[in-house]
Amino acid sequence: MTYILLAITAGIAAGYLCRRRTIVKYTGSLLSVVIMLLLFLLGISVGSNNQVINNFTAIGLDAFILTAGGTLGSLFGAKWTYKKFFTTK
Amino acid sequence: MKQSFLYLLLFFAGVLLALWGLIPETLLNSDIATWVLYGLLFLVGIQIGSGRNMFAVLKRFGWKILMIPLATTAGTFGGVALMSMIIPERSLTDCLSVGAGFAYYSLSSILITEFRGTELGTVALLANIMREFSVLILAPWMVKYFGKLAPITAGGATTMDTTLPVITKYSGSDYVVIALFHGIVIDFSVPLWVSFFSSL
Repeated sequence: MTYILLAITAGIAAGYLCRRRTIVKYTGSLLSVVIMLLLFLLGISVGSNNQVINNFTAIGLDAFILTAGGTLGSLFGAKWTYKKFFTTK
Repeated sequence: MKQSFLYLLLFFAGVLLALWGLIPETLLNSDIATWVLYGLLFLVGIQIGSGRNMFAVLKRFGWKILMIPLATTAGTFGGVALMSMIIPERSLTDCLSVGAGFAYYSLSSILITEFRGTELGTVALLANIMREFSVLILAPWMVKYFGKLAPITAGGATTMDTTLPVITKYSGSDYVVIALFHGIVIDFSVPLWVSFFSSL
């Protein structure tokens, strides 16, 4: 947790200091490359983990249930916020 | 969209290579992933620090624009907490960590793998990919039944990039700036919430 916060805050500071330099424009592309590398590594740890491979259907079902809950919850949040704050313009 | 596809492809390439035993042992047991993860978070930070000025948007729309990311966060956590009751084998904090991905599947799944292991990391990957896809596919239905803010709250962290086109199309171009602001705020909150819930 500490390292994570440290890495983000250091990044924000660096990004703010370099915001007028062209070099920060490449952050997005670099980020995609790093994400690809990490997802590939995650794939490797999934493939070499028998527990995950054997339970893939159950894992998928849990994922679906959680998505349904989270998405529907946020939809009700949207409806409430829209009625309360955005219709009386 | 094309990029999401590439991400998935690389993930499954990793799965298959490991299943076929084509990955050397040293790579499996190393902590490269942890260090690459810190690098990733540093880059995320740079993007936030150098990005569009959020305060300019705040001035234009006033403080009520802040209600939208709040609704996203509260709605998601509420819904996920309810669902955790029908999945007894997963703890509440497990479920909240997955929900706190807000469709930012790459970052959330990697973080959760780090904290809670590969299995929950995979749940997070699939769940958050599904969330992004649900917006891409169901945006018109969401607008019809839940109002124009619906695809924005459902899109979570992706409303500044991948789901922005469908939001523009179905909610209208008035909502583009709101979607961008919302995406930036949620994006920023994902690593914080995920590491918070995972460490509980």
